[in-house]
Amino acid sequence: MRGSPSWGRLPGAEPQWLAIGSRHQALPERASMLPWGNGRSYGDSCRNDGGVLLAAGALDRYIAFDPATGIIEVEAGVQLAAIIALALPHGWFPAVTPGTRWVTVGGCIANDVHGKNHHRAGSFGHHLLDFELLRSDGTVLHCSPTEHRDWFDATIGGLGLTGLIRRARMQLQRVGGPWLRGDSLRFGSLAEFFALSACSEPDYAYTVAWLDCSASGRHRGRGIFLRANHAPATVAGPQQEAAGRALRLPFTPPLSAVNRLSLRAFNTLYFHRPAAQARERLWHYRPFFYPLDAIADWNRLYGPRGFYQYQCVLPAADAETVLDEMLARIAASGLGSFLVVLKTFGAQRSRGLLSFARPGVTLALDFPNRGAATLALLDALDRLTLDAGGAVYPAKDARMSAAAFQQYFPQWQAFARYIDPKFSSSFWRRVTGSTTA
Amino acid sequence: MRRILIMGATSAIAEATAREFAALGAALFLVGRDSARLSAIADDLRLRGASQVDTQVMDARALDDYPQLVDAASARLGGLDTALIAHGTLTDQAAAQASIALLDDEFRVNALSQMALCTVLGNRFEAQGHGCIAVISSVAGDRGRQSNYVYGAAKAAVTAFTSGLRQRLHPKGVVVLTIKPGFVDTPMTATFRKGPLWATPAQVARTIVRAIQQRRAVLYTPWFWWPIMLIIRHLPEALFRRLRL
Ligand SMILES: Cc1cc2nc3c(=O)[nH]c(=O)nc-3n(C[C@H](O)[C@H](O)[C@H](O)COP(=O)(O)OP(=O)(O)OC[C@H]3O[C@@H](n4cnc5c(N)ncnc54)[C@H](O)[C@@H]3O)c2cc1C
Ligand SMILES: NC(=O)c1ccc[n+]([C@@H]2O[C@H](COP(=O)([O-])OP(=O)(O)OC[C@H]3O[C@@H](n4cnc5c(N)ncnc54)[C@H](OP(=O)(O)O)[C@@H]3O)[C@@H](O)[C@H]2O)c1
Repeated sequence: MRGSPSWGRLPGAEPQWLAIGSRHQALPERASMLPWGNGRSYGDSCRNDGGVLLAAGALDRYIAFDPATGIIEVEAGVQLAAIIALALPHGWFPAVTPGTRWVTVGGCIANDVHGKNHHRAGSFGHHLLDFELLRSDGTVLHCSPTEHRDWFDATIGGLGLTGLIRRARMQLQRVGGPWLRGDSLRFGSLAEFFALSACSEPDYAYTVAWLDCSASGRHRGRGIFLRANHAPATVAGPQQEAAGRALRLPFTPPLSAVNRLSLRAFNTLYFHRPAAQARERLWHYRPFFYPLDAIADWNRLYGPRGFYQYQCVLPAADAETVLDEMLARIAASGLGSFLVVLKTFGAQRSRGLLSFARPGVTLALDFPNRGAATLALLDALDRLTLDAGGAVYPAKDARMSAAAFQQYFPQWQAFARYIDPKFSSSFWRRVTGSTTA
Repeated sequence: MRRILIMGATSAIAEATAREFAALGAALFLVGRDSARLSAIADDLRLRGASQVDTQVMDARALDDYPQLVDAASARLGGLDTALIAHGTLTDQAAAQASIALLDDEFRVNALSQMALCTVLGNRFEAQGHGCIAVISSVAGDRGRQSNYVYGAAKAAVTAFTSGLRQRLHPKGVVVLTIKPGFVDTPMTATFRKGPLWATPAQVARTIVRAIQQRRAVLYTPWFWWPIMLIIRHLPEALFRRLRL
């Protein structure tokens, strides 16, 4: 029933699954295990080839919710979609959400995910009150900023390696309702993007930009900037947008449908469509936060060979020049993607030892898997990221070198002490140069 | 608002069904063997909208305790109009071929206990003149196969028993639903290789709730098991006995 265990659908070993259906259940006796939430990580950080995946998605029970304070406690396999379903009617929303709501709380903790409000709200770990961690020796650790604080910090962004998170408590944010209000603005260059970010961040909780990566020459760096706030309860948009039924890609095309032609056509149309320029518009939260969730299994568009995603963060200082160089290389390669996302991160220091989010600007884009050509382009991007003192996001990665990882995450050795001796992942073995599962 | 007794409430299919009922505001009385898991499920169902959730710990094989159980459920919920009987074990066929004691125990868990509870509920619903008893049997009960005929025979007993009970109670306004799932991805089938015929507990649960609401008699779920089992039931023995199913 389940296909590939990760969102990029790159070829790999057939996974061995073991379901964790109850938070009162002990861990199985296996030599190499890795928790698995909902497989929305793109690369191999949610894979454990040669070992076992502990499917934690069935830990999907609500435990407690206080509509007065917005504090919710859930099992770690509960998805953000379920939290929204319970909390939004009471005027609460996840304080931080990634670009899909089909992610589990355990997965959000393990990657310390960020959203379009990073400049204001930081990342997922900042809103976490506490959680319970089960180790393979049977120990249960209650972790919070005051209790087992070192384990708390290691597990946030800890890539599932420190043990199984069974339950977690977090603070939601107050919202008026399901609608957001803000602007969609075309921009013509990276300089304009940075100016828009700077002037929008004080007034808007959410900012993000889409970039046309097929544009070259004087169009390079053009895109669409979105900024919005949760709208008050009195505001409501069109009903059909609220209904939003998901389509599903029912099969995997034999070849990637993403190629030079379809890319240029899509990007140009997207940039020029009238809705790209609109002030004071309303969005329902689904199209605003989760545009891709409208097409279930869209990842199959990339065909049976799957795809890579590249997400890096670059320090603000030379971000503009480095980004320009990256875009030039991507446009020249013709290997670019439909959705290129650009967003500034705020100054708030991430909680986790291995958290990805750090001050600067982050770029995310997909590449169909065309083998060596794709890998060569990604290595070239990595050299730019390394030189700039940036980092690549493990949740999206399937190929960065061990040397690159260790420079991006200098705390990796301090972190390694917290790894459960029975836990491992394909990602971790790759970036630490170890070979056995 | 329905007042529902669920036997085997920690089963994946039962829990998914309880979520559907909770969203409709039902009052639930959950019975199972593991109190920690029962109370975790109860907390969840309350947040999903159940108007009331109570739990009780009981082993399904304690046949003599069923009258008390039904009294307790009815007392707690202020009456009872629906029951879902979901507990069961997937018999280890090879072991059951070698042990009469195991055979005996499997029939207790997968047939006798369902029949005992149906008897108590049937008499009670008959007296009150309404009610619905939904029992999870299986497509495995439609024809015995060498790979799991001990389990299949127990399910066949449940299917035949509920069929007779249905006839008896129909004139009294009581509905008896026999549920026959195909392959469902649950802890019971955790070690099986999953293919395209497999359904999720949530999918099966939605069909169960609809069948209860529509006062149906027999439910194959997902629906395509109906034509599949039609064929399997009608294969001539001359052919069937040579198959490796
Ligand atoms: C369309 C799309 C948009 C996205 N947008 C963003 C974005 O804007 N920002 C962002 O930060 N990310 C984004 N992501 C990435 C996604 O948010 C992360 O990869 C997230 O961690 C996936 O969660 P999951 O539940 O699917 O976990 P998985 O991908 O299954 O697992 C992720 C990690 O969590 C660990 N894990 C899972 N459950 C547990 C548990 N119970 N205990 C311990 N460890 C556990 C796993 O071992 C693994 O290391 C996006 C992904 C997609 C597909
Ligand atoms: N999964 C399938 O493919 C499939 C197909 C057809 C029919 N079915 C039937 O569907 C029903 C539900 O099963 P499921 O798939 O949801 O599997 P499950 O999650 O394993 O549920 C089985 C349940 O039965 C309970 N149980 C077993 N022995 C018991 C006993 N002596 N006393 C009390 N409770 C007992 C278990 O309780 P504990 O958790 O305490 O062990 C568990 O809650 C079963 O009747 C099964 O035969 C399943």
